[in-house]
Amino acid sequence: MTPLLEVRGLSRAFGGVQAVDDVGFTLDRGRLLALIGPNGAGKTTCFNIINGQLAPDRGSIRFAGREIVGLAPHRIWRLGVGRTFQITATYPSMTVCENVQMALLSHHRRLYSFRGRAAAQYRDEALDLLARVDMAEQEDRACSVLAYGDLKRVELAVALANAPSLLLMDEPTAGMSPRERLELMRLTAAIVSERDIAVLFTEHDMDVVFRHADHILVLDRGKLIAGGAPEAVRSDPRVRAVYLGSEADAGA
Amino acid sequence: MNDLGFYLVQALTGLSSASALFLVASGLSIIFGVTRVVNFAHGSFYMLGAYIAYTFVERLGGALGFWAAVLLAGVAVGAIGVVVELLILRRVYQAPELFQLVATFGVILVIQDLALLTWGAEDLFGPAAPGLEGTVNILGTRLPEYDLALIALSLVVLGALTLLFHRTRWGTLVRAATEDREMVGALGVNQSWLFTGTFFLGSMLAGLGGAAQLPKGGADLLMDFNILAAVFVVVVVGGMGSIPGAFLAAVLISELGAFGILVIPQSTLVLMFVVMAVVLIFRPWGLLGRPEAPGQHGQVGPPEPPLRPPGPRLRAAGLLLLAVLLALPAFADDFTLVLAVEIAIMALFAASLHFAMGPGGMVSFGHAAFFGGGAYAAALLVKYAGSPMEVALLFAPAMAGVLALLFGWFCVRLTGVYLAMLTLAFAQVGWSIVFQWGEVTGGDDGILGIWPSEWASNRLAFYYLSMLASAGGILALQYVLHSPFGYAMRACRDSVVRSASIGIDVRRQQWFAFAFSGALAGLAGGLFVFSKGSVFPDEMSIPRSFDALIMVLLGGVKTVLGPLAGAVTFTWLQDEIGRLEYWRFVLGALIIAIVVAFPQGIAGFLRARLGPWFGVREMEA
Repeated sequence: MTPLLEVRGLSRAFGGVQAVDDVGFTLDRGRLLALIGPNGAGKTTCFNIINGQLAPDRGSIRFAGREIVGLAPHRIWRLGVGRTFQITATYPSMTVCENVQMALLSHHRRLYSFRGRAAAQYRDEALDLLARVDMAEQEDRACSVLAYGDLKRVELAVALANAPSLLLMDEPTAGMSPRERLELMRLTAAIVSERDIAVLFTEHDMDVVFRHADHILVLDRGKLIAGGAPEAVRSDPRVRAVYLGSEADAGA
Repeated sequence: MNDLGFYLVQALTGLSSASALFLVASGLSIIFGVTRVVNFAHGSFYMLGAYIAYTFVERLGGALGFWAAVLLAGVAVGAIGVVVELLILRRVYQAPELFQLVATFGVILVIQDLALLTWGAEDLFGPAAPGLEGTVNILGTRLPEYDLALIALSLVVLGALTLLFHRTRWGTLVRAATEDREMVGALGVNQSWLFTGTFFLGSMLAGLGGAAQLPKGGADLLMDFNILAAVFVVVVVGGMGSIPGAFLAAVLISELGAFGILVIPQSTLVLMFVVMAVVLIFRPWGLLGRPEAPGQHGQVGPPEPPLRPPGPRLRAAGLLLLAVLLALPAFADDFTLVLAVEIAIMALFAASLHFAMGPGGMVSFGHAAFFGGGAYAAALLVKYAGSPMEVALLFAPAMAGVLALLFGWFCVRLTGVYLAMLTLAFAQVGWSIVFQWGEVTGGDDGILGIWPSEWASNRLAFYYLSMLASAGGILALQYVLHSPFGYAMRACRDSVVRSASIGIDVRRQQWFAFAFSGALAGLAGGLFVFSKGSVFPDEMSIPRSFDALIMVLLGGVKTVLGPLAGAVTFTWLQDEIGRLEYWRFVLGALIIAIVVAFPQGIAGFLRARLGPWFGVREMEA
C-alpha cells in the first residue's frame, strides 16, 4: 500500500541558510507524526512547503500517490489536506460558526455563488463540527473576542470541514495552558482514530509529543537527525545533544 | 555625429524632468514610510512651492536671490506641512485606516483656493534663473543650461538624503520607523516629533521640487493634480519608502517619456503604465521596495463586528426612507429632485467603492475609471449605434465590469497602498485616453446630447428611474455582501493564509469582486450620463475618484451605511457651497472639521449613538 504522505529529498534555502536539507519521511493513515527540533530547525518551513505556501528548491511530495509540489495551497487543500497555524489564522470579522461555514462553502464549491445568505448555509454541518471540538456554545461569538485556546479549537473544526485525510498542525497547543494542551491533543487523537486520518504536527511541549505521537522526527538545522517511536527517540544520544539534555529530560 | 548629440540631449532632458518627480515622490515616500499617511496634498505642496518661489524671486532678485528663493520656498512649504501635521493629522492618527486621506483631501481644497486668492487664476510664467538663461551645445544640439542645474539638484538631494538617513541618528530613526513602527515606539522614541519632523522634510522636498521647476514650467492651479498620478507611479515603481528607488523610477519614467514621445507621441502616459505593469508583475513591491508586512493595511484598528442582517427597526427605517423618496416629487421642487437624483447616483457610486475597499479590503484610488468608463460606454453606444437608453444602461455596467476585469487582473496582485496607487494610475490612463482620443470621444468637449428615452424624459419619470436603479444597485451590493461570494471576498480580506488553506483562490476571488464593484460603479456612471445629457473626461479624473473615496471615508468605511451617509453629506454640501466664490476653501475646511470631530466617520458616529436602538450589535468587550 502506498503511504498517504511520502516526502523525499525536500530542500529549501533562504539566502545562504539551508532551512530544510534533504528531508524525507512517510506517513500513513491513522497515525500522528510529530516533527520536533529546536527553534529555527526548519519545522514551519517544512509545513509551508507541504501545504504549498512555499516552493522547495528540490524534492518530491506525494500525497495519496500524487505529486503535489508546485500546486497552490488552495489546490492542495482540495485534495484533502487541512491546516492549522502556529499563530491562529481565523476570520476576525466573522462568528465562530461562520468561520466553519466558510470552509464548508468552499468545500461545496459555493464560493462564486450569489444565491442565499451565506450565514444560513451549511449551518448544521458547521455546528456538528463545532460540537466535535466542544465549541458549539460559542458559535455566535465573533472570532476576534475568543480566548486563544478556543481559537485553536475553532481552527481544528475549520480544518476538518473538507473531511481531509491529512491534517497539518503547526504547534497546535502553543499559547495554551498545560491542561488545555492535553485536552486538545486527546481530542485530536480521538479524531484521528475515528476518521482514520493522518496528522503531522510540530510541537515544543515534549510532554505532549511523547504522550501522543506514534512516531517522532527530529530536525536540527534543516536536517533530520533522528526518527522513530517515542521511546527510541527519547533515548537517542543525538537528540539529547540537540536539546542539551534539558527538554528531553523534562519530557521523561 | 548629430544624431548622437540629439539622443544625448534627449536623455539629459529626461533626467532634468526627473528631478521634480524625484523630489516630490521621495517626500511622499518618506512621509508614508513613517506615518503611513498617503498624503494626497503632496501635489498641493509641490504647487505651493512654485507659487511661493515665484513671490520670493520677485522680491529678492539676482542670481543669489533666485536660489535663495528656491530654498526659502522649500522651507516655507515644509513649515506649512508641519502646520497641517500638528493641527489636523495628529488628531486622526488613531482613526481607522485611510481616514487621514480625507483630511489631506480637505487640505488640497483649502490650498487650491488660498493659491487662487493669493496669486490669481492666471498661469504665472516662471522667471529664468539668472546666469543660466542660455543653452549649451552638446554635439551640435542645444540643451538649456537650467536643465543641467536641475540634474545637479536632484543628485545633490539624493546625496544629501542618503547621508541624512545613514549618517545621522534622526535618519536612522526614520529608517527604523519605516521598517517597524511599533518597535521604535517601544524603544521609547518620541513618535510625535519624529512624525512632525518627517512631515517637514517630506513637504519641504515637494516644495523644493515645485520651486526648482519654476523656470521651466511656471506656476498654475492645475499643478497639484497634474503631478499626482506620475508621482504615485514613481513611488510604486520605485518601492514605497525607498529613496534610491524613487530616484531610479523617476529617471526611468522620465527617460521613457523623453524617448517615448519620439516614437509614439501622446503616448507617454500609456507607456508609463506599461512600465509600471511590467515592473509590478515581476516585482510587486517595486524595484527597490520590500513587501509590506501582512496585515499592515488590511485591518487597522479593532476588527469589525460580524455582519448581521438588519434588525426590524433598521428595516423599518429603510422602508421609511424609500417611502419618503417615493413621495418626494409630491412636495419638492425641481431643483430638489435634480439634487436627489445626483445624490442617489453618487450613493451608488460610493457604495460600489465601499464594497471593494471595506469588506473587500481593496482600496481603489481610481474608481472613477469605472464610473467614467460606464458613462462613456453608454454615451458612445448612443452616439455611434443610436442605441436607446435602456440598452445603454445595461451596456454601461457590462463594459465597466470588463474594464474592471482588465485593470483588476493587475491590481489584485498587489495589496494595500500599492493596489490603491495602481488603480489611480490605471484611472489616469483611462482619463488620458478619453481626453486625447478626440475623434472618438470628443476629447475635452465631451459627448453631448445623450438624453433619456421618450418615456423617461420628463423629470418625474427620470427621477423614479434613477431612484429605482440606484436603490436597486445599492441593495444588490448589500445582497451580494451577505451571499457566499461576498463572504468569500471578506474572508480573503480577513486572512489570506487562512483563505488559501481552505481552498479559496484568493486572487481570483478578489479579481471577480473587484470587477463586480466596477460594474456597479459603471451603472452609476451610465445613470449619470442620462441625468446630465452629456459626459466629459472629468468623470474619469482623479478628483472624481477622490469624491467617491471621500464619501466612503467620510461616512465610515466599517459601516455598511457609511457610503450612503457620506454621499448625502458630501453631495449636498457641494451643492450648497458650490455657489460660493471660494467654495473649495469652505468645503475643504468643513471636511477637515468633520474629520477631526468624527474620526469614526459619520455613520460610525451614528452607529455608536443610535446603533443599540436599531438592534445593531456592537462587539463584546
